[in-house]
Amino acid sequence: MHFVVCLKQVPDTSEVRIDPVTNTLMREGVPSIINPYDAHGLEEAIRLKEKVGGKVTIVSMGPPQAKEALKKAMSFGADRAILLSDRAFGGSDSLATAYILSSALQKIHETEPIDLVFAGKEAIDGDTAQTGPGIAQRLGFPQLTYAIKVRELTDTTVTVERKTESGRQIVQAQLPALITVEKELNDLSYASLPNMMKAAAYEPEMWNFNSLPFDVTQMGLKGSPTSVSRIFAPPGRTGGEIIDGMKDPKGTAESVVQKIFQQNIIMVHPLAKGGKH
Amino acid sequence: MENFDVIIVGGGPAGLSAAISAANAGMKTVVIERGDYPGTKNVMGGILYTKATGMVVPEFWKEAPLERPIIEQRIAMLSGDETIMAGYRDPAWAVDPYNAHSILRVKFDRWLAQQAEKAGAMIITETLVEDLLYQSNNVVGVRTGRAEGDLGAKVVILAEGVNNFLAVKAGLAKPLKPASVAVTVKEVIALPKEKIEDRFCLEEGQGATIELYGDSTAGLMGVGFIYTNKDSISIGVGAILEPMIRNNWTPNDLLENLKSKPYVKRLLQGGETKEYLAHLIPEGGYTQVPKLHRQGVLVVGDTAMLMNSLNREGSNLAMISGKIAGEVAAQSIKAGDVSDQAMTVYETRLRDSFVLKDLHHYRHMGKFFEENTHLLKAYPKIFSKAAKMYLTADGTPKKERQKEIIKMVFENRSKAGLLKDMYGAWRALL
Repeated sequence: MHFVVCLKQVPDTSEVRIDPVTNTLMREGVPSIINPYDAHGLEEAIRLKEKVGGKVTIVSMGPPQAKEALKKAMSFGADRAILLSDRAFGGSDSLATAYILSSALQKIHETEPIDLVFAGKEAIDGDTAQTGPGIAQRLGFPQLTYAIKVRELTDTTVTVERKTESGRQIVQAQLPALITVEKELNDLSYASLPNMMKAAAYEPEMWNFNSLPFDVTQMGLKGSPTSVSRIFAPPGRTGGEIIDGMKDPKGTAESVVQKIFQQNIIMVHPLAKGGKH
Repeated sequence: MENFDVIIVGGGPAGLSAAISAANAGMKTVVIERGDYPGTKNVMGGILYTKATGMVVPEFWKEAPLERPIIEQRIAMLSGDETIMAGYRDPAWAVDPYNAHSILRVKFDRWLAQQAEKAGAMIITETLVEDLLYQSNNVVGVRTGRAEGDLGAKVVILAEGVNNFLAVKAGLAKPLKPASVAVTVKEVIALPKEKIEDRFCLEEGQGATIELYGDSTAGLMGVGFIYTNKDSISIGVGAILEPMIRNNWTPNDLLENLKSKPYVKRLLQGGETKEYLAHLIPEGGYTQVPKLHRQGVLVVGDTAMLMNSLNREGSNLAMISGKIAGEVAAQSIKAGDVSDQAMTVYETRLRDSFVLKDLHHYRHMGKFFEENTHLLKAYPKIFSKAAKMYLTADGTPKKERQKEIIKMVFENRSKAGLLKDMYGAWRALL
């Protein structure tokens, strides 16, 4: 079976700060990591490959430095990695990115038919959750989003458990299909040494604008209808009020209770009558 | 199990230098590093010496991520708020031939690892070597913490750093003692380059260092340092671990103490702390150097205790030891003899180089300072008192003042004590 994993290299958002003056992301010196959701998609693809046999291909779009993320991804036991990198792709939003990735997947599909595509539910640097579904739509694959468990994989179908706001759903799709995944899907495993060595010696395939019959109007800044009007940091928290309870315990307790009701942290039920607080 | 000619445990300057020389000699070489990439776990004060580095990567200064070439070295002796200073400055050191550069290890080591890869070595990261593999009594490889994690090797080079777990396990070294390691803490403090250049009287592309003795370590055996980077300052302090434990000082106490000194405070003013680092430094000196080789194994860098703290040299000793070890490993493998006897060439070459010669030269130093703990407390005080008396213009005739100074010195340290200190220092340092 042929598994394809869509993977993005993202800045480690736990270390990104926002320049307070220009309101732009300060990416300098911030380490890059594999988007954590994508890592779980990769893990699942590797596990399924080990179970049913086949091949795992990783596809990513990004600057040439993203090669590092792909080499690292290879160490978990993937078989092939392709990096789509070209100045023409720069500035693409999720619509254009889905176009570029789906074109690449289409080409792969023609020579090595794809059975199952994994993508993270979203990237931690953009949080749009649009690219995975966009790829499925363009390829005409059914999409199973927010998967937390792959329950069954047969030669023709895949069944997953997905997380919804109100609970869980079990859904099935015909192959080929695309699954976007949550972190609960699995626990990441530790790469074996032979796989580490294979990855250290591996050079990802580089594809550029000329590798495929791309439509230039559908990519880059021009092909991206999304415009980001402003990036801002949430306002910092102001310190709370500190009341010294030692001086006047009773008065303090009363004023705390007052504040709780004044700020509607606890509300008096409209039907409660005659109660004194 | 995959087989290599040379496996190097640890991706610091010693290990990477060994990798470069082994790979250049045509050996199938792998470096196994536990950090995310070489440099993430590596710490030093921050001075890299040109000569030794150039022997590993010729003309490295044209490409390597360096901070500033050092043109001025100052020594400061702190006593309370008072400071005595001496220094040497030569702008000629700002151009080739350089003497030393300030560096940030997280950048430099990563670059050095790329040079090792270019030479043909493989770098495996995020992987811990847990033990050596033996066949009867012969070392034949390493065991890592990963699944299917055994690797075969003809020679293993231990460049695991100051924490010498494998060297101890292999019976080559003894476990570290608190009296023979220093703990060093360091901050990297960001400052605009113009401010750095103004405060240290530097032109663009020039750097300075200050070593601080005396109250910089609150009288403990150790030293403080300040090094200028491009747009940050490295400030740190190191002291022998054993007296720190005895006196209940934490490393952070030492650093805060140093940063609060008026002379230091002004140099750092307005800066923002970007990084906080701490590390152990092997200070055992010549007498504590472990067994440097056995069949199939060579020991390099900090693991071999190759550290000259008086001249704050460590990375250069590490790199030269690594380079020689890589060469000796390759020669032995090519000759088909990796016995302990064949490996002695490594030790002989280290003895013929400045590495073991310098350590041998200072072999009495550790003991001297250990047995004379008053030195770093008494002398900074005596010197600054003398300087103050000499420089104060209060109408006292100079002849009288000189007598007063001599009297003050003898009040603080007896004639016999002074002679003993001078003789001891002469034996330990010259």
